[in-house]
Amino acid sequence: MSRMLLIWRKSLNVVMLTLTGVAAFGVVAVLFLILGYLVWNGGKSLNLDFFTQLPKPVGETGGGMANAIVGSLKLLLLAALMGLPVGLMAGVYLAEFGGKTFSYVIRYTTDLLNGVPSIVIGIFAYSLAVLPVRHFSAVAGGVALGIMVIPITVRSTEEFLRAVPGSLREGAMALGASKWRTIATVVLPAAKGGIITGVLLALARVAGETAPLLFTAFSNRFWSPGWGQPIASLPVMIYTYAIAPYDDWHRQAWAAGLVLLALVLVANIGTRVVLSRGGGGRST
Amino acid sequence: MDRAAPRRFDGGGPRAFLHRLGHGDEVAHVLTLTFAAGILLLTSGLVYELWVNSHLSRAKFGWLFFWTRTWDPIFDNFGAAPFIYGTLVTSIVSLVIAVPLGLAAAIFLSELAPRRMSDTISFLIDLLAAVPSVIYGLLGIFIVVPLMRTTVGPILIGSLGHVPVLGKFFKGPNYGVGFLTAGVVLAIMVVPFIISVSREVLLTVPREQREAALALGATRWEATWKVVVPWARTGILGSVFLALARALGETMAVTMVIGNDPKIAASLFAPGYTIAAVIANEFTEATGDLYLSALIELGLVLFLMTFILNGLARLLIVATERGGGHPS
Repeated sequence: MSRMLLIWRKSLNVVMLTLTGVAAFGVVAVLFLILGYLVWNGGKSLNLDFFTQLPKPVGETGGGMANAIVGSLKLLLLAALMGLPVGLMAGVYLAEFGGKTFSYVIRYTTDLLNGVPSIVIGIFAYSLAVLPVRHFSAVAGGVALGIMVIPITVRSTEEFLRAVPGSLREGAMALGASKWRTIATVVLPAAKGGIITGVLLALARVAGETAPLLFTAFSNRFWSPGWGQPIASLPVMIYTYAIAPYDDWHRQAWAAGLVLLALVLVANIGTRVVLSRGGGGRST
Repeated sequence: MDRAAPRRFDGGGPRAFLHRLGHGDEVAHVLTLTFAAGILLLTSGLVYELWVNSHLSRAKFGWLFFWTRTWDPIFDNFGAAPFIYGTLVTSIVSLVIAVPLGLAAAIFLSELAPRRMSDTISFLIDLLAAVPSVIYGLLGIFIVVPLMRTTVGPILIGSLGHVPVLGKFFKGPNYGVGFLTAGVVLAIMVVPFIISVSREVLLTVPREQREAALALGATRWEATWKVVVPWARTGILGSVFLALARALGETMAVTMVIGNDPKIAASLFAPGYTIAAVIANEFTEATGDLYLSALIELGLVLFLMTFILNGLARLLIVATERGGGHPS
């Protein structure tokens, strides 16, 4: 009887442990499945036109998404201009100046902001930048993405500044440097690699955001000169093309998906490699 | 150094104040503080705008908004019930799939896999979390939906459809789009969060706990399941809440595969609608002020749901990492 129990326990052990392995590798397999599908379907439809042509009118095949690629870059630029200063400065505050209670409140709020669904950020940006002027614009899209950049930048900046050893600060202070000089000339340069990494990851994340752009930047089938008009972006194009009933549009949605995913993954993998080589300012 | 001492504006009179300004420390302090406070302002602004702009809808429908099942833009009659239902059902389906899968993978990564392998796999899983949601939607439309329509759906209806209680959820016409499809896509999207947080939490469980269990004759699995996992359970629960908050607020992928039909149906194969999806679809078309206001109130509801869950998740994770859960 107890022998049977032992056999049962041992086989349960083997079965369950194997299942955990299957689960882990299964999830990783999904990643490669996604990659494979996008490379396969997107690769077939990706060509030079995709990067240089405007979208063709419905019914005509061909054309590209040059305006959406430029649009995404413009939106990212706006997001960086609006979000990064706030994120970086607040990160410096938390790491270098912050007291106890107020810092806790800021950190908590930052986490809260980070957890706000992107569609809700879209509503907020709409009421800030679309309602007053009554039309969609690149600026409104930039506001939405800029808000999303802030919490990610704050946390990574704070983290990398904290990783700078205290002895560096003490050394600078001992030489008579004031606190802000210490931060500007010693601490920030030491954490530079890590902070840039954090910024890149934040931008990579918002580069793929669709929901907050739907009713802020809207979309555009043509070039969007300046900053005050509706503007196309890759994620929104993927969305509209994927749910449209035209095969040629589906083809282009795959191509756009591949380009977007490649951008995001290159940013993620690249920064990870840089970090693991000690570029993160963790080394003394 | 005296200037590293308490920084206050009031002490020491104007001359001392100017003196300290001269060093730039106070300027830097105030400047960074302003930006930090900006985050507070921004977040409160967000809540304020949602509250104010949903005024029309709140005034007209009151609490009934949550129970009304009609969503009729033509006669200006709006109720949130179908969307809340859809949001909850898709999120629950996603958790039913993602929690066992994620927990199992996390156990493998923290207990079995060698450190290097564990780190590599974790990195790949983190990449999965970085994939934009519109790409999940794209794959959802062209892979998961057809698969659900032709293969998985019929199999589930054929087998589970006849089980007494459970069968209710697996009956009816199968279009490919619907609650189940959305739940599956969501599960893939939230599983990385469950894995990475649970793994971190499991790794904080002291070695002695495992060794003690093994020394008492437990098998590896028993030591893990009866000792390590219970120790980390608060943190694991935290990771589940985190995943739930993500699933509730997820927009694009769900919008693309749920079918966008504001109905409450028991069948998981029925098309439905979620809060995030209806905002994404109808916001630009909302012509009337009341219509827009109702959509913004939905946004407010979504915000509150994720706010509460994120808060809870954070508390739980912090509690485990600090105190080591419930040593029983």
